[in-house]
Amino acid sequence: MKSVAFNLNGSPVTIDVEPEKPLLWVLRDDLGLTGTKYGCGMAICGCCTVHLEGDAIRSCVTPMSRIEGKHVRTIEGLSSDLSHPVQRAWMDLQVPQCGYCQPGQMMSAACLLVQNPNPTDNDITDAMSGNLCRCGTYQRVRKAIHHAAEIAANKGARA
Amino acid sequence: MSLEPRLRIVHKWRWCFLLVVCAVTAICVLVLGNAHASRVVRPVDQHGDRTKAIEAFTMAYSVFMHPRCVNCHPAGNEPLRGEDSKPHEGLRLRRGIDGEGVSPLKCTNCHQSENQPDHHLPPGAPRVRRDGSLDFTTPRWHLPAANTPMIFQGRTPAQLCRQLTDPKQNGGLTADQLVHHVSSDPLVLWGWKPGEGRATPPLTHDQFVTSVREWLANGGACPN
Repeated sequence: MKSVAFNLNGSPVTIDVEPEKPLLWVLRDDLGLTGTKYGCGMAICGCCTVHLEGDAIRSCVTPMSRIEGKHVRTIEGLSSDLSHPVQRAWMDLQVPQCGYCQPGQMMSAACLLVQNPNPTDNDITDAMSGNLCRCGTYQRVRKAIHHAAEIAANKGARA
Repeated sequence: MSLEPRLRIVHKWRWCFLLVVCAVTAICVLVLGNAHASRVVRPVDQHGDRTKAIEAFTMAYSVFMHPRCVNCHPAGNEPLRGEDSKPHEGLRLRRGIDGEGVSPLKCTNCHQSENQPDHHLPPGAPRVRRDGSLDFTTPRWHLPAANTPMIFQGRTPAQLCRQLTDPKQNGGLTADQLVHHVSSDPLVLWGWKPGEGRATPPLTHDQFVTSVREWLANGGACPN
């Protein structure tokens, strides 16, 4: 066991944990943040996507040794009042069907929009190709990302 | 002496002076140029044994063209995977400017600093700290950067050899740096410890490094 300190959704966290334990299970089992989902456990499906220092990592294969001293953001940390452009767009367009993969989709989308505030369809297809949806919500995800880009742009214009 | 002939003499000496300056400059350029050339990998060195160099390169080529090397030195802008060097199924991965991928699909979003314990899981390698030690808390997994893609896939021995020895294509890599890369870069070493279900190159790592050293020590000659 090792004491690992990191920043989670803006707050400092310290936890005694095996260094090789995947971040996903620390989030879900040890810290009770169950918004991040377990899908394949092999970094294939993207359900478990969270942000590490702003990058959209697969928490199911990321050991806690990599997390020490870093900033982690989960779906719960996008905003406390559902005001994040991605959250608003997802609600406006009712993107989810079963919803299981959506936290991962949203975290990838949020990461994409930071890097590319006005993505094309092709940019979205590339960026979101690592997030699988068994319900096939891909078209709504695409629309929602465009919508989130508009919300973010308008928010920026107002500010 | 009238003023006019005196001026002519001054003019003549000025030309002599300019010629001397040009000659000295040319010599400096040649000397410094050769000094630089001696530091970079050169394709042919008349002091080396051309036959030995080509034999050694041919040995090393068998490793360069193995999937463990080719998969991260692709002809296109996306990484390859598996023993058949196919693109990552389903994922639309891109090299990116620095070779580390494009968010939200950067290489180290999945690849960690060590292999995961199953051949269906992403393999990994650690970053090297400035002091040369390995940092197992930070993964390093990438393609060559976009401005020097160092393509291995599909290269003939002659093409690959020329690419490796051309400073414009190899990013100014010196012979020492090339030997250092193949002998101690964690991503190269990973090729011999690729994890469950992945084949290793046809030579041992020592044999590979020895081949590269011999090739370069004998002038770095390339096959025709």
